Amino acid sequence: MTKNVKETSTARLEGAPLEATATPGSPGTLTQQLKPKSVFQRNFQDFTRRLLRNRSAQVGLFLLVIVIGSAILAPLIAPYDPTLVNSPERLQSPSLQHFFGTDALGRDMFSRILFGAQLTLQIGVIALSIAAFFGILIGLVTGYYGGLIDGVLMRFIDLLLAFPGILLALMIVSTLGPNLTNAMIAVGISSIPGFARLVRGSVLTIREQEYVTAARAVGVSNPRILWKAILPNVMAPIIVLATLLFPDAVLVAASLSFIGLGAQPPSPEWGALLVDGRLYIQSASWLITFPGLAIFITIMGSNLLGNALRDVLDPHLRGR
Amino acid sequence: MLAYFTKRLLVLIPVWLGIITLTFLMRAIVPGDPVENMFFGKGGDPKVIQNIRVEMGLDRPLYEQYFKYLWDVSHGDLGKSINTRRYVIDEIGDRYMKTIILAFSSLGVALTVGLVLGIMAALFKNTIIDTSMTVLALIGLSMPAFWLGLLFINLFAVQLRWISIVGPPDFPHLILPSLTLGLIYAAVLMRLVRSSLLEVLSQDYIRTAKSKGLATRKVMTRHALKNALIPVVTILGLQFGGLLGGAFVVENVFVWPGLGQLIVRAISQRDFPVIQGIVLLVSTTYVVVNLLVDVLYHQLDPRITARKGAS
Repeated sequence: MTKNVKETSTARLEGAPLEATATPGSPGTLTQQLKPKSVFQRNFQDFTRRLLRNRSAQVGLFLLVIVIGSAILAPLIAPYDPTLVNSPERLQSPSLQHFFGTDALGRDMFSRILFGAQLTLQIGVIALSIAAFFGILIGLVTGYYGGLIDGVLMRFIDLLLAFPGILLALMIVSTLGPNLTNAMIAVGISSIPGFARLVRGSVLTIREQEYVTAARAVGVSNPRILWKAILPNVMAPIIVLATLLFPDAVLVAASLSFIGLGAQPPSPEWGALLVDGRLYIQSASWLITFPGLAIFITIMGSNLLGNALRDVLDPHLRGR
Repeated sequence: MLAYFTKRLLVLIPVWLGIITLTFLMRAIVPGDPVENMFFGKGGDPKVIQNIRVEMGLDRPLYEQYFKYLWDVSHGDLGKSINTRRYVIDEIGDRYMKTIILAFSSLGVALTVGLVLGIMAALFKNTIIDTSMTVLALIGLSMPAFWLGLLFINLFAVQLRWISIVGPPDFPHLILPSLTLGLIYAAVLMRLVRSSLLEVLSQDYIRTAKSKGLATRKVMTRHALKNALIPVVTILGLQFGGLLGGAFVVENVFVWPGLGQLIVRAISQRDFPVIQGIVLLVSTTYVVVNLLVDVLYHQLDPRITARKGAS
């Protein structure tokens, strides 16, 4: 699914220039003088305060804490072994013994969904890391150097965008072979264009700033300028984009598993759980209710957090 | 207008070449021999494998294969399925139309629901109606299509028994898949319609129209909606890509005999000519639809043409 994430030219945390011009000699309270806080610390505090005041961020964080908590605590709080086959208790409806019921092999769905959270988060994080790493690299290089390398790489990125939605991921899976690892790689690669275009757009404006010219004038090397002067200034939109793409990554990976080209059963990946569940849709509807709800909560949480982050970090995108 | 259309059509040529090249590379970079891969390394009769390879031209150097592929594709020959030995075109058959029908009927649902709810949300801005529309949109945006599909099956086919799921690909069996996909995309459109309409409603010309005593209904239809729909049209092309991809997944939920089912089968059988054929067909459709949307957008918004003329 393509979200309408516009390229942005502003990349600085709001308020940063003011903080930066405050000199050590300026008047302040005694405690501030004793414990000087770095610009970063103050910016970060300001950022968290504004984020936590945002209603959408509150709900989003709450939902994500449930998911992340389930993933981390799964080995401790799961009442059963997620792979334990217990035939006498097969297809039990939700009860106090089995909160989310049991599947056709008598495995406890609650435990399976808790462990599934680990997989889902892993998929999202790994896929996005792949996308962010290559996307940022391509964006930095093309935006900063321009010329032939820009022309070639960006045409390639444009070409990737000519494949609709999940199709690119399907192509990559068909090349690499259908399994969970390849599904992650596929989702990662198909998210590269978003990062590349966003970073390139930001770099195009930042490279014209005076501090970049100044750095070049005193002989700082290009890679160092990219790393020290440009990258930090494109971080805000990158973080926003990553949060907005996270639900897409989770969704595409779950879709791949659902159509049998990602995680394979008996894996407790949520999309794969639904494959099992649909076979028993007439007799055991809880098998489709809970895994789907888990995916839904994860996507909703990250959508809400992403929107809030966009509002706080990148006011220019507000309302779009 | 014609000049613009021709220009856009010319730009399409390199894009299409790129698509063909990438589709070709997709098979070329697979490690190992595609025919042996299809036998999953279990090894078939070496003679049979060699025959298939020669027939597919896999014994030729890569560049030769590439130019042959280009030539064949531009002449409408998508090759033969490794698995069934039938022409890919025949394998695809009317499945292409099935997927397109599903995508377009979903688009219809999305447009209807998205427009109605979006306009309502904008008209009743900051009321309970607006808030509930926002919540609905959020739910739609976070809803995996395959899950919504399963919930619909459970509700309408299992609990209420209104619709049977298994059956011929006719209109009754199109309802649930297109509702599933359409409602999800309605969420995207609804938010866009709302924000776009709100922006237009704050313009001076709307105030002028109101102050000269036009009825609200007339202001809305003649002045506001017309302008508010322009950004909606621009995003339709992009959304159509999502719809095509979404159709692939939804087809697998509802056993709708389109390309989505075929590509999943082809991928698990590693039947590359079929996969390549589908990828080519669908991405070409996507690119062409985007071209048409662009042209439509130019038609709708005289400001763009005017700006172009001025520059």
